[in-house]
Amino acid sequence: MKKLTSTLPNMLLSLGIICIVAGALLASVNDLTAGEIAASKQKKLESALKQVIDGFDNNPSEETAYFPTLAGDSLKIYEAKRGEELIGVAVESNSANGFNGNIKVLVGLDTKGKLLNYSVLEQQETPGLGTKMDEWFRTDKKQQSVINKNLSDGALKVSKDGGDVDAITAATISSRAFLDAVNRAYQAFAAMKGIQVDETSGATESTDEWDDTTLKQD
Amino acid sequence: MKQNRALQTFFNGLIKENPVFVLMLGMCPTLGTTSTALNGLGMGLATTFVLFCSNMAISALKQFIPDQVRIPAFIVIIATFVTVVQMFMEAYLPALYESLGLFIPLIVVNCIVLGRAESFAAKNSVGLSFFDGVGIGLGFTLGLTLLGAIRELAGTGKLFSLTIYPEEYGALIFVLAPGAFIVLGYLIAAFNKIRKA
Repeated sequence: MKKLTSTLPNMLLSLGIICIVAGALLASVNDLTAGEIAASKQKKLESALKQVIDGFDNNPSEETAYFPTLAGDSLKIYEAKRGEELIGVAVESNSANGFNGNIKVLVGLDTKGKLLNYSVLEQQETPGLGTKMDEWFRTDKKQQSVINKNLSDGALKVSKDGGDVDAITAATISSRAFLDAVNRAYQAFAAMKGIQVDETSGATESTDEWDDTTLKQD
Repeated sequence: MKQNRALQTFFNGLIKENPVFVLMLGMCPTLGTTSTALNGLGMGLATTFVLFCSNMAISALKQFIPDQVRIPAFIVIIATFVTVVQMFMEAYLPALYESLGLFIPLIVVNCIVLGRAESFAAKNSVGLSFFDGVGIGLGFTLGLTLLGAIRELAGTGKLFSLTIYPEEYGALIFVLAPGAFIVLGYLIAAFNKIRKA
């Protein structure tokens, strides 16, 4: 067969057919994989829920509600119950301040606002650096861990910004974004409980204690 | 004779025209995704799949695509295969999909893929284009995996996520971008030495 010449109808026809076939192929692959993608996301959510809160016997992914943060948007809260008693919540929080866009973190809090555990659901941070947040903030080393911190004591900050959490080495931006997501999770939790959160709390309230902690750190 | 030609095309891509060490194409994913050996391998195999599929499709359609619209036609075909890879990876290998992140959609603009379409698939038969795609793809995979393995080992003391020595002794620079350039430079030098010997 001779090669088609570059006349307008030929070009339109050729590109048009290629696009139609490509579109049809993509649609059928999407059909094939959409269920699997949704199922793997759901599975991931459920194992993340189990990871951040221990010992619930309801199905938290069916008992959800939305609560507002200080920024004005709202976050999804999963209620974990044992019998009828609320034992904790998992907040599906996010932060747009990541190094490469959105970070989605599931934060588990007990009923007093103590951080039980977390699970990073989605992130596009730099491989080998920011991606370390999966494990970094629960590793019990120096001041890395955020586990068991009570968020009602004030917002978490990295040590560079005057807080008491060590940022990931060479990934301060990712660390800030992670803590931002955690703090936003608490804001939603506070809204659920009806607690007032001061945006600058922790830094301004207790200057005396602050001196103590800096001394201890040295 | 025919079989010779196929093998020759295959090894041409793997060694003589290795995209990473000789052609020096696709440097962006080469440097960006090789912080671990596994990421390098995953990226390499995804690119290999796109390469041989698009090579074969373009070779089969070459008579049907008028010259003046060949680039948009090639890009549509390549983008289709990349999206297919992306969807399958998200469905069946979610962990790898997450760690490669935005580099998967970027395979579309990887110059190796378009380069092979232009310089090889548009001029050769479907069979040869297949071997060229697999050869170049595996050459790319080899380069990425090697680079990833060295960076992972030097930077974090691990190899394919298995701990070889404690992470504290690793030099973080190898995981960062400068380390990628340093390791790549030495690998290119070593590869040239071996090739010329």
